[in-house]
Amino acid sequence: MAYAAGVDVGSTLTKAVIINEDSQIVSRSLIDTGANVVKAAQKAFLLALENGNLREEEVSYVIGTGYGRYKVTFGNAQVTEISCHGRGAVNMFPGTKTVLDMGGQDTKAIRIGDNGDIIDFCMNDKCAAGTGRFLGAAAIALDIPIDDLGPTALKSEKPVKISTTCTVFAETEVLSWLGKGKKIQDILMGVHSSIASRSVSLLRRVGIKEEVTFSGGVAKNLGMIEVLNRALGMKMNVSDDSPYMGALGAALFSLDYIFESRTPMREKIV
Amino acid sequence: MSEVINIVGRGARDGAKLFRDWFSELSKTAELGNPAAYVFVMGSMAEILRVFDLPMVFPEINSLQTAVRHVSSDYLNEAEDYGYSPDICGYVKADVAMQLRGGEHPMGRIPKPSIAVLTNACNTYLKWGEIWERMYGIPMFTIDVPATRQAGNPSQIGSNQFEREKKYIIAQLEELIELCEKITGITFDIDKLREVMENVNKMTISFKRMLELNRSKPSLFNALTDGTIYLGVANTFRGTIEGVKYFQNLVEELEYMSENGIGTLTDEKYRLCFIGVPCYPIFRRFNEMFTEWGGTFVTSTYLWFATGGTNLGFQYDLSNPLDSLAEGILISVRDAMDSMFNSEIPLVKMIDDFTLDGVIYHPIKSCRTVSTGLADNRRALMEMRDIQTLFIESDMMDTRVVSEAQMKNRIDAFFEGLASRKIREAVGEI
Repeated sequence: MAYAAGVDVGSTLTKAVIINEDSQIVSRSLIDTGANVVKAAQKAFLLALENGNLREEEVSYVIGTGYGRYKVTFGNAQVTEISCHGRGAVNMFPGTKTVLDMGGQDTKAIRIGDNGDIIDFCMNDKCAAGTGRFLGAAAIALDIPIDDLGPTALKSEKPVKISTTCTVFAETEVLSWLGKGKKIQDILMGVHSSIASRSVSLLRRVGIKEEVTFSGGVAKNLGMIEVLNRALGMKMNVSDDSPYMGALGAALFSLDYIFESRTPMREKIV
Repeated sequence: MSEVINIVGRGARDGAKLFRDWFSELSKTAELGNPAAYVFVMGSMAEILRVFDLPMVFPEINSLQTAVRHVSSDYLNEAEDYGYSPDICGYVKADVAMQLRGGEHPMGRIPKPSIAVLTNACNTYLKWGEIWERMYGIPMFTIDVPATRQAGNPSQIGSNQFEREKKYIIAQLEELIELCEKITGITFDIDKLREVMENVNKMTISFKRMLELNRSKPSLFNALTDGTIYLGVANTFRGTIEGVKYFQNLVEELEYMSENGIGTLTDEKYRLCFIGVPCYPIFRRFNEMFTEWGGTFVTSTYLWFATGGTNLGFQYDLSNPLDSLAEGILISVRDAMDSMFNSEIPLVKMIDDFTLDGVIYHPIKSCRTVSTGLADNRRALMEMRDIQTLFIESDMMDTRVVSEAQMKNRIDAFFEGLASRKIREAVGEI
């Protein structure tokens, strides 16, 4: 049995996925990236090996993805997270035509063609508004754990409107709403709605077509899922493995390389 | 072998030399305090100005040169310190700073203007001209070119509308001639105008041929890097013997390359079209991010609009120079505007003519004139044709909005998609 791996080094979290020849996930890991990107990639991979009771030599090919993909020094190749999230999403939800990937510092909208290829994509540029970083800033300002953000927001009855589009200024706005006596859940719902609005705008730029699959670390946030579903007027595909979709896509590309008959997508690794 | 050495690469070498010579001449003009005309690439009116021996200064070229030479930030910061907003066109701000420095430029010294001649092809031209008007008290002359009223449907030669528009331009040219006579003290000479126009005719034929030759496989020049040299020469040496000779030699070089199967890349995999203005602050690196994947730019809208429509190969009728000049301006400058605003119309045909694999849209923060409609253009093109496109944003001057890492990510993803598509095509899935 040959195994293939993908390591997705994101700005906040590093994920590793190992799959078997049948493209089934046999192991996964998720750790904080921290300051040492090379070590984070190694640690995530070793943890995935450990979780799957596998030895390193059993994994025939490793592809790095994410912003730190060139820091996966033990990897055999690199593929962008855009291609990987697209591939992972289609593998997990074959009806996927649109992908929204919300990570720590960027959000991607990806359109998938009928044959599963990416036909268009769009990312936030030069600004972290509408990304996980925006939620992180709110968590700091309100002094609540990241994991509690979504559930707390869902308790909101009278959400406030966060008007700024800047992550840094949003913190100031959050504090100003606190000063006006607004409830934390209402402020948080405002933050979630603001992010959802920017994300939907990004999705519109590539064209929203059902099914929409939600990937990335923020896909664990129940509040964000709910707000996005409402804004889109449809239920997105979400899985417990949504944060691993990029790493899964990378592992699937690794499998292409192991079995060349499946035609690798890249003729040359840069 | 020696023939190869002499011919291949000659366009780049000669172009660089012509540029150095041109800047040297400008420095001399500045030192002598002689009059100079400030003009723009979209309708320079070189035909008229050369009759009066007015050296031409292209502020757009001066500004982009500061970015290519990695000093644009110094100039931009200086203009912003002076009070110009970060949102204002980077070309304008670099020029303002250069004026504040008394014409100091990395390529030499730029003379002060005696007259500014512009067209309405870019809305910023008008405000830019007003700056010199206020700084130096010089006349600013605008040729108002009636634009295409309906996308893809300009007025046609011989129609009443076209004739009215032409008369409107002739009247403006006559005013410009009077003004130039006043500034230089030289009497207008229609035979000299004919000479200049004849040179433009010859250069334009070669320029058009040069663009067409890049349909060759492999492509003969990179429309982004080599193309920018050609574009510079086409603007600065328009109407001169040197310009004619340069482009005739260039055509000879490209024909030689085509006959001998010599391409710009050793392994050309993807043929691309570039839409917009180049990313000058990382000019070479920007291009490398494409060539690393075997991608090369075989054509670009920059070579159309930034030559003021020279790409059309319009030929002046020398028996009726002023009338024909007006006709040429109307057709060429209008086409320059159309190629910024409605690039998808000619592109649809060029996808097949140039066997394009992809189209790169590069909107820039500094230039709303060129960039505003690109998202719509792209959508329109993708509705008409099944072709891969990439939309990446940066700037032509301002390093603060040029993020190489972000661009590389998008460029890599674009090529990953192209590679996947090629493989599917090869196995008959597409």
